Amino acid sequence: MADSLLAIGGLHCGYGSTEVLRGVDLAVGPGEIVAVLGSNGTGKSTLNRTISGVMRASHGSIRFDGIAIGRERPSAIVERGLIHVPEGRRIFPDLSVRENLDLGSYRRARPRRASNRDRVLSIFPRLAERQGQRAGTLSGGEQQMLAIGRGLMAEPRLLILDEPSLGLSPLLVEELFTLIKTINAEGIALLLVEQNVVQSLEVAERAYILDNGLFVLEGSASEIRNNPNLKRAYLGM
Amino acid sequence: MWSPVILVPAILNGLMTGAVYALIALGLTLIYGVLHIINFAHGALLTAAMFAAFFAHQWLGIDPYLAAVGLTPLFFLLGYGLQRFVIGPAAHGEDRNILLVTLGLAVVTENALLYVFRADTRTINLPYAFDTIEIGTAFLAVPRVIAFAVVIAVALALWLIMRFTDTGKAIRAVAKEKFGAELCGIDVAHIYAVTFGLGTACLAIAACLLLPTYYVNPTAGNAFVLIAFTIVVLGGMGSVSGALAGGLFVGVVESLSGLYLGESLGQIGIFVMFILVLLFRPSGLFGERT
Repeated sequence: MADSLLAIGGLHCGYGSTEVLRGVDLAVGPGEIVAVLGSNGTGKSTLNRTISGVMRASHGSIRFDGIAIGRERPSAIVERGLIHVPEGRRIFPDLSVRENLDLGSYRRARPRRASNRDRVLSIFPRLAERQGQRAGTLSGGEQQMLAIGRGLMAEPRLLILDEPSLGLSPLLVEELFTLIKTINAEGIALLLVEQNVVQSLEVAERAYILDNGLFVLEGSASEIRNNPNLKRAYLGM
Repeated sequence: MWSPVILVPAILNGLMTGAVYALIALGLTLIYGVLHIINFAHGALLTAAMFAAFFAHQWLGIDPYLAAVGLTPLFFLLGYGLQRFVIGPAAHGEDRNILLVTLGLAVVTENALLYVFRADTRTINLPYAFDTIEIGTAFLAVPRVIAFAVVIAVALALWLIMRFTDTGKAIRAVAKEKFGAELCGIDVAHIYAVTFGLGTACLAIAACLLLPTYYVNPTAGNAFVLIAFTIVVLGGMGSVSGALAGGLFVGVVESLSGLYLGESLGQIGIFVMFILVLLFRPSGLFGERT
């Protein structure tokens, strides 16, 4: 797709001689929500790490906004507005909630830090109450909110959310997926990497199924939802 | 023997000595806390800074306190460059390699200094070196009072940097969560180098504070770094406030054991205490319990 915000072609990546991604093609259009689904160990996190420049692909291309970013450092990729909220939150435990948010705008959108912080805190009122608190003392759900809020501080054009619902209570998962729609309504494209198939397919426009380092299927969310073989084979439903 | 007339001056003098120890430990603990490596080159870099301050006085006639103004940024850049272009690349991402690289750096630096300047012990003579200030019943040497004031100011400045600047916050972020920091666009290699630079800059200041009353030879820094290691363990590895408190504490212990055991045995107190802490509170007196 020529007008894709993120376009990945023939991506191979691995650790040593073990190849985790074995030729992956993926596209995310501007303002789109795309889900990457698959069970544990299929290469989802490796895909994310490669997109954000933390890992290097052995083959293949990654283009963001038409520019090849496959050889760029993570900081340069952040500067372009491609923000990755990692699995496991990875917040800064010794820093306050407010400092965590501020570092979200370390590389990008720095001049608008104060106004963006107000906006993020209005989305997450619970974080607003705990601004001065050490982030390490937050509950799991609050930490996930903080990680997403920190990502939003950089005014992302594309936000990668890696397993955001992992370890959250059903009520919080519900809240999270509402939030994903809210973020998307502001024009931010989302790449949602999830094990929670049902809810991901509800918010996503398109989805990819990753299995053993390959996309075994891609299509609109409704197509995938209604494919019986697929459900049984890859999604355990 | 327990009269305040003797005790108070001993404690005050201990605090003054301890301040310089604290500054050296501050650099060491900062590097440990962020890079998670023990910098074996710390002593050699301190010696190098002492030589720099010595020759600034010898050749250019610059007072050590004034030399600190120039040597501090110079040693910051030296530390930054060492980490960014020598230690970092040579380590290939493995902590044990960093350990060996800093050890190698220490050997090279010490022997280069030995080769160039020989083993001679040098001192400088300053008109104010033996001036004293009277506080109550205590007479305190002027250079020690200056050192104490400077260290408190440096510690405060460091605290402000860590608390209120983006670079400081990034340093604290990288210390505990490298991957999360990278995804915020923080350049980890740069932050490592800045931290190493700050640690090395502390040494330049310490060297300039020591020189008016201390000597320099190619191994002069080592004695201080041994004590600094003790302080870092006492204060809790990686804890900046712990290093400051630990440094002052060690200074007082040294002074008091000097008073009661005799001047030459003063440091025994430090190491006895060190062993006791390792036995009963291995995470340090001020460190977090793990």
